[in-house]
Amino acid sequence: MAEAVALRQANPAGRWLDTLAAWGLAILWILPLAYAVWTAFHPAEFSAKFSLTAPLTLENFARAWEAAPFARYFLNTTLLVSLILGSQLLLCTLAAYAFVRYEFRGKNVVFALVLVQLMIMPDVLLVENYKTMSKLGLIDTLFGIGLPYFASAFAIFLLRQTFKGIPKELVEAATMEGASALQILWRVYVPLAKPVYVAFALVSVSYHWNNFLWPLVVTNSVNSRPLTVGLQVFASADQGIDWSIITAATLLTAAPLLLAFLLFQRQFVQSFMRAGIK
Amino acid sequence: MNAQKQAHAWLLLLPALTLLVAFTHYPAIATLIDSFMSTPKPNRASVFVGFDNYAAMVDDPIFWQALRNNLWFALATIPLSVGLALAMALWVNGKLAGRGFLRMAYFTPTVLPMIAVANIWLFFYTPSYGLLEQIGNLFGLPSQNWLGDKATALGAITAVAIWKEAGFFMIFYLAALQGINPSLREAAAIEGASRWFFFRRVLWPLLMPTTIFVLVNAVINAFRMVDHVVVMTRGGPDNATTLLLYHLYEVGFKFWDQGYAAAVTVVLLAALATVALVQFFVLDRKAHY
Repeated sequence: MAEAVALRQANPAGRWLDTLAAWGLAILWILPLAYAVWTAFHPAEFSAKFSLTAPLTLENFARAWEAAPFARYFLNTTLLVSLILGSQLLLCTLAAYAFVRYEFRGKNVVFALVLVQLMIMPDVLLVENYKTMSKLGLIDTLFGIGLPYFASAFAIFLLRQTFKGIPKELVEAATMEGASALQILWRVYVPLAKPVYVAFALVSVSYHWNNFLWPLVVTNSVNSRPLTVGLQVFASADQGIDWSIITAATLLTAAPLLLAFLLFQRQFVQSFMRAGIK
Repeated sequence: MNAQKQAHAWLLLLPALTLLVAFTHYPAIATLIDSFMSTPKPNRASVFVGFDNYAAMVDDPIFWQALRNNLWFALATIPLSVGLALAMALWVNGKLAGRGFLRMAYFTPTVLPMIAVANIWLFFYTPSYGLLEQIGNLFGLPSQNWLGDKATALGAITAVAIWKEAGFFMIFYLAALQGINPSLREAAAIEGASRWFFFRRVLWPLLMPTTIFVLVNAVINAFRMVDHVVVMTRGGPDNATTLLLYHLYEVGFKFWDQGYAAAVTVVLLAALATVALVQFFVLDRKAHY
């Protein structure tokens, strides 16, 4: 019923225009990716020529894979994002729990100090953080790339919000049964916050998979370079500007996240939504 | 008992707090101190130099150029990416054909690494055989070196930033739109309100908190996005695309001038602090009715 009312109001010409504009924009938005896919899957002579009869090939991927240690870069990035995510989940869960379950002196001040990181991200402080890393001897290590991100104000904030919404009755029931503070955290809070953990994990993994400037600064060898830095080193080295190989390498770098996104679209979009709603 | 509870709380907080202090608060303060010190050299330790680093910064035409570029970059990316995000969200939330595809197309740039898409865009902009050039040729337009020309380079990297961000911001608008009571639209339809009227008098005010959240993020990103500059132009041609953070990166890690880099960092921190204060004292009050 209501639909019918709304539809009658809508101007058909306006609707057409809307659809046209929406699709035009969408095609524009997908164009760079489509272009990269075309170039990567066709021989070099078709890299800027469009012909339906152009032969398909995986040659560019094979050549890119051989031209640089991408396997190592993949391993580095995978280890890096796992290390960061694991630490973030552990440390930020504990911190958020402290803010929700305990009363202590200076609680509000400490929370305000935590929130400072929402505005001042480690990227901006890279000169000082580089100095700290060299003092700690962590230059050119995966641990050094990850360390500044282990404590995330965003995660603490998000988990604190979620924990606050958990019904007191559940906590009281667990206390009656004699569960300790950490048992309550593990058996009551963490399971109930699962969707938020998933949301945060997706956001964190996408962020750190794609992060570039800080890893560029702290790494200087194949042993610790993540994919993004590896790709940049590869693309800016003298490849004779062979676009087919560069786009193949580019797609390789983006592939895991892109495939995950295409497969779990709804999950991704909802996670980013959940993470954004304060 | 109470003392024990306090100790528990601090123990839980300690690991996260230590890291936050070590990599956010400490470096922010250390930067401020370093900005008044000279850059240490092998044969000469760092000494107090007062405002010398700031004086050097003020005398450096590249700094001013970076600041100017960054302001233009911000002025273009913020309204355009937020505006497009809103339009995208309204479209995806509506009943258009192929909504699933639209949402996927808009959001895809968000999950791709900036460093990867910048390489693709680089190819796009390449003179003589990039896609843009080919489209131009179809319409008989003259050849254009988008990234090599001082007049177009900043615009070209701005376009990439808008493309990357709009879909991300769309998500927040989409979440907000889905939270709006559908009976409002029905009521407006029964009253015979035009779509524009409904948007301006109902949706826009209801979306205000989202707009502010997105705007704050857009402003922060405008001072933080440099990956594509590193890939596409390295600040060139002739510093036409040098943004503040890129300038900081060059000063700090190419010229290794720590004192000067600290002064530039302080400027960036001041910009971010201003955003935080404006958000806290002005915008957050306006967002609630």
